[in-house]
Amino acid sequence: MTTPPPALPSPEPGPSTTGPSAAPQAEDEDAKAKDGRSFGDFLREAVQENTVTVTVLALLSATVLGGLLTAFTNSGVLHAWSNFFSAPGNAIAKAWDAASGTYVALFEGSVFNPHTISALFQQASFSTAIHDGYLSAVFNPLSETAVQATPLILAGLAVALPYQAGLFNIGGQSQFIGGAIMSAWLGYAVNLPFFVHVVVCVIGGFVGGAAIGWLAGEIKARTGAHEVIVTIMLNYVMQYFLAYLLSSQSLLQASGSSNAITPAIASDAHLPLLAGTHLRINAGFLIALACAFAVWWLLNRTTTGFEFRSVGANASASRVAGMNVERNWSLVMLIGGGLAGLAASTVILGTDFTLNPQSYGTYGIDAITVALLGLGRPGGVVAAGLLFGALHAGSPGMQTATGTPVQIVQVIQALMVLFVAAPPLVRATFRLRAARARGVSTSMSKGWNA
Amino acid sequence: MELELRGITKRFGLLAANDGISLSVAPGQVHALLGENGAGKTTLMNVLYGLTQPDEGEILLDGEPAKFGSPRDAIAAGIGMVHQHFMLVPVFTVADNVTLGHESSDFSRGGLGGSSPRGILGRGGLLNRGKARRDVADLSHRYGLDVDPDALVGELPVGIQQRVEIVKALIRQANVLILDEPTAVLTPAETEELFRIIRQLKEGGTSVIFISHKLREVQAIADTITVLRRGQVVGQRTPPVTEDDLASLMVGRNVQLRVSKQPAKPGEVVLDVADLTVGDSGGLPVNGLSFQVRAGEILGIAGVQGNGQTELCEALMGLRPTVGGSVTVNGRDLTRASPRARLRAGVAYVPEDRREDGLVGTFSVAENLILDMYDRPPYASGINLHLPAVRANATERIQEFDIRTGSPATPAGTLSGGNQQKVILAREVGREHKVLIASQPTRGLDVGSIEFVHRRIIEQRDHGVAVVIVSSELDEIYALADRIAVMYEGKITGFRDPDVPAAELGRLMAGGADSSGVPGATVEADGALLVDGAQPVREADPAHEGGAAPDGDPGYDGDGAPAPADQEEA
Repeated sequence: MTTPPPALPSPEPGPSTTGPSAAPQAEDEDAKAKDGRSFGDFLREAVQENTVTVTVLALLSATVLGGLLTAFTNSGVLHAWSNFFSAPGNAIAKAWDAASGTYVALFEGSVFNPHTISALFQQASFSTAIHDGYLSAVFNPLSETAVQATPLILAGLAVALPYQAGLFNIGGQSQFIGGAIMSAWLGYAVNLPFFVHVVVCVIGGFVGGAAIGWLAGEIKARTGAHEVIVTIMLNYVMQYFLAYLLSSQSLLQASGSSNAITPAIASDAHLPLLAGTHLRINAGFLIALACAFAVWWLLNRTTTGFEFRSVGANASASRVAGMNVERNWSLVMLIGGGLAGLAASTVILGTDFTLNPQSYGTYGIDAITVALLGLGRPGGVVAAGLLFGALHAGSPGMQTATGTPVQIVQVIQALMVLFVAAPPLVRATFRLRAARARGVSTSMSKGWNA
Repeated sequence: MELELRGITKRFGLLAANDGISLSVAPGQVHALLGENGAGKTTLMNVLYGLTQPDEGEILLDGEPAKFGSPRDAIAAGIGMVHQHFMLVPVFTVADNVTLGHESSDFSRGGLGGSSPRGILGRGGLLNRGKARRDVADLSHRYGLDVDPDALVGELPVGIQQRVEIVKALIRQANVLILDEPTAVLTPAETEELFRIIRQLKEGGTSVIFISHKLREVQAIADTITVLRRGQVVGQRTPPVTEDDLASLMVGRNVQLRVSKQPAKPGEVVLDVADLTVGDSGGLPVNGLSFQVRAGEILGIAGVQGNGQTELCEALMGLRPTVGGSVTVNGRDLTRASPRARLRAGVAYVPEDRREDGLVGTFSVAENLILDMYDRPPYASGINLHLPAVRANATERIQEFDIRTGSPATPAGTLSGGNQQKVILAREVGREHKVLIASQPTRGLDVGSIEFVHRRIIEQRDHGVAVVIVSSELDEIYALADRIAVMYEGKITGFRDPDVPAAELGRLMAGGADSSGVPGATVEADGALLVDGAQPVREADPAHEGGAAPDGDPGYDGDGAPAPADQEEA
């Protein structure tokens, strides 16, 4: 077992060793930071340098840029521009219509659509309205947003929690797949009474993800291999392992099917719906919110979280203070992996009811963007998850209403993260003063503030 | 070229890193700057190389005042610097590295590196690689540097990489070459080679400023030695000079801060270190070291930095694997114990590097005050943290140790060094402990904080704690220790009572073998130096002597007992 030795100070680090000469010391550290910056350092900086202001402005910038993009990818608008000199007003009006129409459609698809209200009031009686699903239609956008946000929040937590312990979990995908395999298999192959079955499947999802996460953490703890590389490679391992499982009838593939898909899971194992059969919102959303709270509690109110944060902020001092840094790495990756596994459970048991190679989608990567946008904090992750959920929920309507390609939503998402990940870009754009270099990290220990 | 520095002063906040430093370097002379870490050597050289601007004072070149706004100016004036950490691109060849950044400039005017009047950036923006290679080969041959211009820098051993840096400086017409801790990365054989090159440069008329804290090397190579301490020139010597003399100058002997203390009342042996050996890739930084510390006494471990003190402390805390020997606290063998087990066994530890090892800078003061007790009552039950208890503890400690902080929620990293140290000390002595190990406890602290820390440490002793102080400041050793051990190259070269003359400690610090009795010659030779009115003669300590005499533990008292160093050599 090789434990990396604690970093020793260089024999003569300059005048900075002498006490209050903070100025040269800071320069020294900055210089070092510029020298050998790893991917991890970059992410850490990106998250720490962020303030809420920067995040809000990043969202705003992305929205404006996204609007311009929709305007100039719309065929009607492009046609109007070609007649710009004969009818300049027309081109600009068309561009505005396309952009605003897109965002209105996005809003209607994800939050609230006024047409559903008028439809509701056109019904003869309130009871028929409820019975025919008109009332549900009013809440459908919100329900869809919650459904889309659920796995994003959970997977985002799977990145945010290890981040607090100084680890970058890029392996959301592998852990998601691990959880998905467990959930799906328990869901169709085991017979258990209602409620017990779904609980077992959810726990199974956590265990499946936790096993993969723990593996990555343990490899890092025992060998010192960088967790980014380990988790990325495990993504491939799990991706092809799943493909293999789904290609054999004796394993997970549904019998009689030529497609790579598992049998449908038993209805006992479905996550209970929360608002009637017309809406897809299910208990998974509550699981996500509960997990976000649990992660906050773990980090700020328990000795385990104290260790996680301490190891993440200064592994060397943590070791001197008697903490077992390596054990913390394993543990935090285990819990993080479990959260990604839960994300899989909510997808398999809440919306998909089967497992196929499309099930894991891009959750692994989206999780990183959600955690980044949420500044690595549980509350932020919930907010970022809801925002991305809304974008996902609203994008199909966008296409039907204005003909804007769905891909534009992905671009807007990417722009948001791009702006969030590059605080200097936003600061330069809006002429903000640089945040106190390391001051923002105070927010990490907010728990103490009376 | 004659280089002179006059009254250079550079302040960082309240601290003067350089305080009125004057020195001059004659052409073809090797001038050594000797001093501990933080003595101000590097700051002075940064001033000379144009990296920082002095607050006061001036630089004179051949009697003419010069002003260096940036390294570019310094290079133009003929000053070259080889940094401790090389500034080379590993995937480039030697010749490419040498020309890097000066592709179009005419750095070889005057003919040292060649005779062409042009830089290597030829017509049409094409690199004239041939010329660069010829220049490097030429220079390399002239000074016996033996550097292949076509070798990839990343594939060269460290010693040769250093020569590439020297070539870089020389090809830019350096008349004064600054070598910052050049031997820190070299093997003894490479060091010999470097010295040969330095002598050759000297003959060619180049002046060399050689920065080091290694006494032996400075003696071997320097024509003049200037010793810096706390930003001031404390002495200038011309070899031959004794290493004892240099060591005393380096660590100082002016005791300005004396904390009044009662004679120690040593009790039972609490900490027993026997034959401790620590290995790393480069050898044995701690080599068969033994000592004992009793309840209610302070053992001061003196020595020039880099003689294994850091490794010793880390090994004592279980942060570094040991090769042999044992560590026992109150009869309990802790040789293989984890850091946590040692803390629980009652060892309090103030690490040398407080920012790196002592504190979590982004954590609040309150959190740092429980950093190694967060999982024990009253701060926790099960996995639940009790925030009110954490806050109450913080309020209490902040008051008790006079920690100047905005609030308990202030991040510890924003406090001053002295207050950070108070946080660590408050935490470590705040829990049950029988042993206190403090490494460089007052490094970089202001006078007030030093006194505070010293008083607290003596208070600990008076409460019956066995205290080990590791310090490279003789002042501190004299102010605190009831018994002094001197460390040199991983071994203890001798134990002495605190009334030992500084010259004797200096002799031990330079590796002088232990001998029974005090060598009178040394004392007499340095007698004049010691009459500064600050010689810390303390009354012989009856309690201490009483405790020591009947015991005869190996290494417990210097005289007569077989010292561990001797055992090792046997």
